[in-house]
Amino acid sequence: MSIETEAGNDVNGVDAKPLDADIVCVGFGPASAGFLTTLTKLLQAPSTDQPVESRAVPGMPPQILCYERADDIAFGVSGVVTRARAIKSTFPYLNTAEIPLSARVGSERLLYLLDPHGASRRPLWMRLADKVIKGLAREDYSYEAPYIPPFLHKQDGFIFSLGQFMQWSGQQVMFSGTAQVWPGTPVSDPLFENGKVAGVVLAADGTEIRAELTVVGDGPVGPVGRRLDEVYGMPLGHKRDEWAVGMKMVVDLPASCTLEEGTVFHTIGYPEPEIFGFFYVHPDRVASVGIFVPSWLDSPVRTGYRYLQHFITHPAIWRHLKGGRMRSWGAKSLLESGRRGEPRLCGDGYARIGEGSGSTNVLTGSGVDEAWLTGRLLAEGVHELWREGLPFTKANLEARYVRRRRTSWLEKESIIAERARNGFQRGILRGFLGMALAGFTSGALGYNRRRDKPARPLEEFYRGRLSAEQVRDIRAACEKDAQPLHDALMEAAGWPAIEFDGQLLVSHQDALLMGGKVQAAPDLPDHVVFRDPDLCAACTNRLCIEICSGEAIHAGENGAPVFDRDKCVHCGACIWNCTQEVAPGVSNVAFCAAPGGLHSAEN
Amino acid sequence: MPYQIIVCGGIAPDPLQTLEPAMGPAGPALKNEMMLPAVFDPWAAHALYEAAHLARQFPGSSIRVVTLAPKAKLQQVMMTVAQKLPFELIPIDGPGGGFTDAVEVSKVLAQAISAIPGIDMSQFLLFGGWESATRGSGCVIPMVAARLGIEDCFLAVDELKIEDGALVIKERVEGGLLQVSRCSAPPAALAWATGSLPEPPNHPQTGMANMRAMMPALQRAKPAGLTGEGFSVPQATLPAQQRQTQVVKDKPAAEISRELLEWIKG
Ligand SMILES: Cc1cc2nc3c(=O)[nH]c(=O)nc-3n(C[C@H](O)[C@H](O)[C@H](O)COP(=O)(O)OP(=O)(O)OC[C@H]3O[C@@H](n4cnc5c(N)ncnc54)[C@H](O)[C@@H]3O)c2cc1C
Ligand code: SF4
Ligand code: SF4
Repeated sequence: MSIETEAGNDVNGVDAKPLDADIVCVGFGPASAGFLTTLTKLLQAPSTDQPVESRAVPGMPPQILCYERADDIAFGVSGVVTRARAIKSTFPYLNTAEIPLSARVGSERLLYLLDPHGASRRPLWMRLADKVIKGLAREDYSYEAPYIPPFLHKQDGFIFSLGQFMQWSGQQVMFSGTAQVWPGTPVSDPLFENGKVAGVVLAADGTEIRAELTVVGDGPVGPVGRRLDEVYGMPLGHKRDEWAVGMKMVVDLPASCTLEEGTVFHTIGYPEPEIFGFFYVHPDRVASVGIFVPSWLDSPVRTGYRYLQHFITHPAIWRHLKGGRMRSWGAKSLLESGRRGEPRLCGDGYARIGEGSGSTNVLTGSGVDEAWLTGRLLAEGVHELWREGLPFTKANLEARYVRRRRTSWLEKESIIAERARNGFQRGILRGFLGMALAGFTSGALGYNRRRDKPARPLEEFYRGRLSAEQVRDIRAACEKDAQPLHDALMEAAGWPAIEFDGQLLVSHQDALLMGGKVQAAPDLPDHVVFRDPDLCAACTNRLCIEICSGEAIHAGENGAPVFDRDKCVHCGACIWNCTQEVAPGVSNVAFCAAPGGLHSAEN
Repeated sequence: MPYQIIVCGGIAPDPLQTLEPAMGPAGPALKNEMMLPAVFDPWAAHALYEAAHLARQFPGSSIRVVTLAPKAKLQQVMMTVAQKLPFELIPIDGPGGGFTDAVEVSKVLAQAISAIPGIDMSQFLLFGGWESATRGSGCVIPMVAARLGIEDCFLAVDELKIEDGALVIKERVEGGLLQVSRCSAPPAALAWATGSLPEPPNHPQTGMANMRAMMPALQRAKPAGLTGEGFSVPQATLPAQQRQTQVVKDKPAAEISRELLEWIKG
């Protein structure tokens, strides 16, 4: 028997029949925020035309739903410094005072960081160059580039906390009453019907949300986007094979720090030459500091956290941070294949936006504004189609969304960036050269991409620095203690141990608890699954354990990986760091939709 | 017999966050309060889950949640709570922190409840948290009850059973004891401790159904108009803490307690 409350709600539970909507969005990142904000504004703009009516529920306004996996819309991770061209065009009078932790970009510097410990993997030419640069460098082992290349600079832009920006924009979308954004509600799959996408399936209870248009903005590692790629395939020549894991901390700066709000540092050269770093100063003496560990860092013990600690303790960074306190910490993957990683942008019943649609620009180091723009362009197209009473078919979406994208600055800049990072496949010198060539010639010159090399075995990688016996002993000791290898190997190779201060330099587990406040919902199945345990048992390069941003993957029996979801931050790095494939292009790590993860609203 | 259950519950910063009191222009406040993610107050949440449990057993029952909180934050919190069970929200826009006068808060809540049409005292149960995660004053529910003329008020309730129409209530009392009382009929006020029910899983369809009425209610929410007159908090500090985390699994409890003891002894 069903019971009605005054509000008309059934206290005995609702039946699980499919729900009908006009549009369903997967994920609430900058891309979906750009989409929903623009669409809301367009639907609410004063007009003499008939108001747009829902096609799913006639007589009602359009039914627009957005489902976000994380437990709050503010739990994303990013830098962020952004030129915010698209965001500013949506909010021409954006007042930073309304959004906590946001500031206008003030002074901007590009620092080359020398290695004070002599432990990083610098090729000979770089060590020689370092000797010269040392004569010009400051006492803090940094050299400030006299000039910032125009493609990198962020003048006139903003520093944001992504979490706070998303919270601010999400509240406006919700209060407009035009769209609903549901946190803690992962989408497990697209709903396929007769070769079309007919909506989505929610992970919680398998509810089908049927919608005429599914907007996929689930970011770089979202399962819905990946499923569409599996089913529809990537366009010819396109591949998602360049990645990075971005890891950051938000820090209460010490009283001694004199950096002004709006200060931006971009860094190169340390802790490894391939690792780029950032330091952005928010208002009220708070800063975001972090690094990007890329997939082309050819190390079988690729780690984010340990490198982050070495980055923040570099003398040029530590002079500003010493005595500071960690407020927040987080990590997330970035899809850095750019345009080459662009999937099919639309099909019957669906459109792709944001980083998962290949929008992130690796040359300019920018993804938020690009993602926002893709959402905005889709919203403009969708609104037009609604007004004209046209369906959301592939042809119509191509004409109204993809065509807008192709004529936008996003497209122009992503063509320039397309070959910018290929040089890193050939070494560090050619990596930097390739970036400069692409940037200064507007993409006319650059290196072509080579096939990826598999990760080298540990013994080979450390040859000349550690003997095979040393590596073997370290491997055995770590396996016995169920510890990842990177700490022991890095220390054996000359990296100093990190002395914890309990405030900023804390153990990885403390960072999870103090900064990330990581949580997993009880009673759910594991969302990270090793597809073929035999592959793991035989695997000799267990990068999944080394890279894991939350130490959620550790060595179990015989060293094979074991997953602990209470520590998982959903960064997605295990997917692209797995060294084995179960099928071409499919790694041995299955990463499914689940709630939980970070509970920090400041990243 | 159906019940008309009203749950009073506010929002509180997500308990996982590091909280820091700070002196604001209007007295003590939490540092960066608007930035902190919020949750439905955990004590009131227990009351809400118990209300749902009761309502399920007695067809025709209704649940309303009366909340005093900043409405933008409340709306965000409701996107999760509304997925857990069906209820009607009666929002009042105002400060959500612990630095408000419990007397004034109880007055505002009682006024909002009195304004609800169709309340039948013979079916009426007032639920709430025994304390709040923002401040454990422990007196809001008794004061609301008093203002509404409800005489039977139970504090730190762990269990409610209905036997032949009577309310059988297990409360925590001093000295770690539990007391079981029998209250022949509503109205009654129950300020819940933890209860015994787990957090219900999210149910997206319930959320959608709830939100149809909640969004307009939130948009219409009136300001509470708290004056704070005659009330001040001269000081607010957190206890000093030291932390040293180890995350271990499968370690025997005896060993954990031995290590803890050693750590405390220094
Ligand atoms: C450490 C770091 C620093 C960065 N710094 C900068 C910077 O300074 N400037 C800049 O411009 N860019 C920066 N970026 C990149 C930028 O953050 C991204 O490009 C941008 O966030 C992409 O936006 P998006 O909306 O496409 O995806 P995302 O931000 O990834 O959002 C996707 C959303 O979808 C959700 N989701 C995923 N799967 C599901 C599912 N199954 N169901 C429901 N929801 C789902 C996710 O939880 C997420 O909230 C940085 C990134 C990192 C990690
Ligand atoms: S998940 Fe991949 S990298 Fe990790 S052990 Fe298994 S096969 Fe190796
Ligand atoms: S297990 Fe979780 S935290 Fe670890 S790499 Fe995978 S997604 Fe990231």
